[in-house]
Amino acid sequence: MSSRVRLWVFLVGAAGFAALFAAACFDLPAFGTVPHPYGARAMHAALSHHTANVIASVNFDLRAFDTLGEETILFSAVIGTVVLLRQARDEHRKDPEPATIHPPVRRFALLTLPLALLVGLYVIAHGQISPGGGFQGGVVTATALHLLYIAADYRALERVRPLTLYEIGEAAGEAAYVITGFAAVLAGSAFLTNVLPFGTLATLSSGGTAMVLNAAVGLEVTSGIVVLLARFLDQAVEIEEPGEDDGNPRHTGGSGGSGGSGGNGDDER
Amino acid sequence: MTVLPYLVAGWIFLIGVYGLVTSRDLIHAVGCLAVTQSSTYVLLLAVGYRNGGTAPVFADAPTNSRVVDPVVQALTLTDIVVGATVTALLLALVVQLRKRHGTVDPDALSELKG
Repeated sequence: MSSRVRLWVFLVGAAGFAALFAAACFDLPAFGTVPHPYGARAMHAALSHHTANVIASVNFDLRAFDTLGEETILFSAVIGTVVLLRQARDEHRKDPEPATIHPPVRRFALLTLPLALLVGLYVIAHGQISPGGGFQGGVVTATALHLLYIAADYRALERVRPLTLYEIGEAAGEAAYVITGFAAVLAGSAFLTNVLPFGTLATLSSGGTAMVLNAAVGLEVTSGIVVLLARFLDQAVEIEEPGEDDGNPRHTGGSGGSGGSGGNGDDER
Repeated sequence: MTVLPYLVAGWIFLIGVYGLVTSRDLIHAVGCLAVTQSSTYVLLLAVGYRNGGTAPVFADAPTNSRVVDPVVQALTLTDIVVGATVTALLLALVVQLRKRHGTVDPDALSELKG
């Protein structure tokens, strides 16, 4: 199909969609005034389980089984990326050359790193009380680690990031979620039922299993994002295409760990 | 105009699909898919909005205060992170395509290779 025909097919389809969608929109209840029966019930359920953050309660209590499915999509997507971006047989590794970093950039990154790490962990830990939770906090924590790449260099990042540990962490997050679900079965309820004591509203120990599942998701998202970014950085920084290899091939499968090879003077920078 | 937020969601959807249809670059296509996906967030959040509503978090708000619908917010929240990782998976596919076929133009990827 030529691009012109394709565009015309799209335009006809888009016009049809636009007409139907607009008609549907004008039939919807007016913006901002709708009664929300599901929302009201979710709020009631969350407050009866002493979870201050209703969204966390929906995710980790009312829809805990759905969240298990979503977490599994995340888990599989990360595994798929790791498999796709592995080092092929005809590719070589090359040690990345350290680049100069402007002092203000470095100062700013070093200043922000502990702060961002702390904020990420705080957001994960307070998922059942304040806006946030495992999904958001996990992304903040994982990206905070990568400020080290901006502040120092790739080697330094590799040293604080033993990749195997994060791969295990990702699997452990997924496993912890399933185990929490089966713990409820052992306690005599259905899978993923909230069986723990609910605690006091708006304290750190409130929400029962919502708190545990939130932590499991936080662990998985943090580890998953670190592994993802590591694979993409590997491709960008280390792995050479077969054609453009200029000596110094490093045929190692795993990264990091080889601190002995860093003796070419870029450690004290 | 009270239907504007819904119409904006439809417009974002169409813009994303238009980009997918006319795309000459797979990285651009993955970006367009992400835009298309984000139209559902706008639609969900528009459906859940209540006039004068605050965030559905009762840590320091009184429990009878008027809040926006938490169910659609929860749906949006999980989809954002899951969508980000799926985008990463698609980009990884593009990286491999570029390596094996030497191009990221979807029209140039007609032949099989094996």
